[in-house]
Amino acid sequence: MTAKISITVTVNGTAQAADVEPRLLLADFLRENLDLTGTHVGCEHGICGACTVLMNGDSVRSCLTFAVQADGAEVETVESLGSIDELGPLQQAFREKHALQCGFCTPGMLMTATDMLRKYPLETDDDIRDGLSGNICRCTGYQNIVAAVRSAADKRDGK
Amino acid sequence: MAALAASNGDAKVLAGGQSLVPMLNFRVVDAPLFVDINGIEGLDLIEEKEDGGLRIGALTRHFALETSVSVRDRFPVLHEAMKHVAHLAIRNRGTIGGSLSHADPAAELPMMAVLLDAKIVAAGPDGEREIPAGDFFTAPLTTVLAPDEIVVAVDLPGLPAATGWGFEEFAQRRGDFAVAGVAALVTREGGTVTNTRIALMGLHDTPVRARSAEAAFGESGIEAAAVAARQDADPMNDLHGSADYRRHLAEALTRRVLTAALERAAQ
Repeated sequence: MTAKISITVTVNGTAQAADVEPRLLLADFLRENLDLTGTHVGCEHGICGACTVLMNGDSVRSCLTFAVQADGAEVETVESLGSIDELGPLQQAFREKHALQCGFCTPGMLMTATDMLRKYPLETDDDIRDGLSGNICRCTGYQNIVAAVRSAADKRDGK
Repeated sequence: MAALAASNGDAKVLAGGQSLVPMLNFRVVDAPLFVDINGIEGLDLIEEKEDGGLRIGALTRHFALETSVSVRDRFPVLHEAMKHVAHLAIRNRGTIGGSLSHADPAAELPMMAVLLDAKIVAAGPDGEREIPAGDFFTAPLTTVLAPDEIVVAVDLPGLPAATGWGFEEFAQRRGDFAVAGVAALVTREGGTVTNTRIALMGLHDTPVRARSAEAAFGESGIEAAAVAARQDADPMNDLHGSADYRRHLAEALTRRVLTAALERAAQ
């Protein structure tokens, strides 16, 4: 068995120290070691986007990142966006626009949209569709997801 | 570097991990050792050169290239191509050195390196060497890099002032792997075309210059070049498109990129 490596990752503001195998994926570290099961694992090869989290502010596929690569980094997961009693603004927009059915893709959609809203003007709905094109929803719910991100972008821009 | 040399060629270099880790997850790649180069200082940079060119460090992320003002101003064709590279979460991690080393024949950056006559700077135990992009790619997912060498930088020589560009890619959805793509640069001085470069992606087992299309364009113009591009292509059949369809794309996209490049060169 490969020797374990000591890492410290700040997850949603809390420093988490652990000894992990170098092959452990960040997605499995979050779900199995930290019990943060909001991050979903779908395809495990970077296509579906369900496992998207923020690392040092940038959206990344946690299934394509090793936990040891997050050593010293700040990781934000869907759990950081709000709680059941107090939804964050983007979660609120998803609720208002009915932007989810089964909810499996939703954590990845929310974290991708969080990064998009920080980085891009998102002037048109096509820009939003482009940005979300790396996240797959199998309930055919894209229309309402685009509407939710549009609503969040408009709020961001004070419209 | 010592870790790579000590592994007798068995180690794999891990940069952004956006191609390597999926292959690991699928168990199509395995190695006893992975050398993570993300911690190496000084490889994440975009530096303007006096000849109008750029030096791009190997660990420069796709998102940095996409949003770089230097890239947009000096190589608008590369700026355009970056918009087609995968999705934001992939662009946040993927690197130019990794994309070139992975050498996917349908990827944008290897094709841009060939189009822009890039010099790829590789470092190994014996120091650095410069490899012209045209000699770098030898087969799908295969380059001339030795197992103990890594790409450290990419030098893009400056373009003449009156150079127009065109870039067209066909993919099933934005950010998906391209079925095929074509890019062109046309330099026009005093109303005469003095230089034409056309490069193809997804149309050969490596990214290639479309030499017969380039020659046909100089002699007979856009239509002749578009038809000639079919001969430059030697595409594969796969589930994304037949070889015939890809040859059709080679012609159609060459027509579009030359038209755009010629217009932009005239401005």
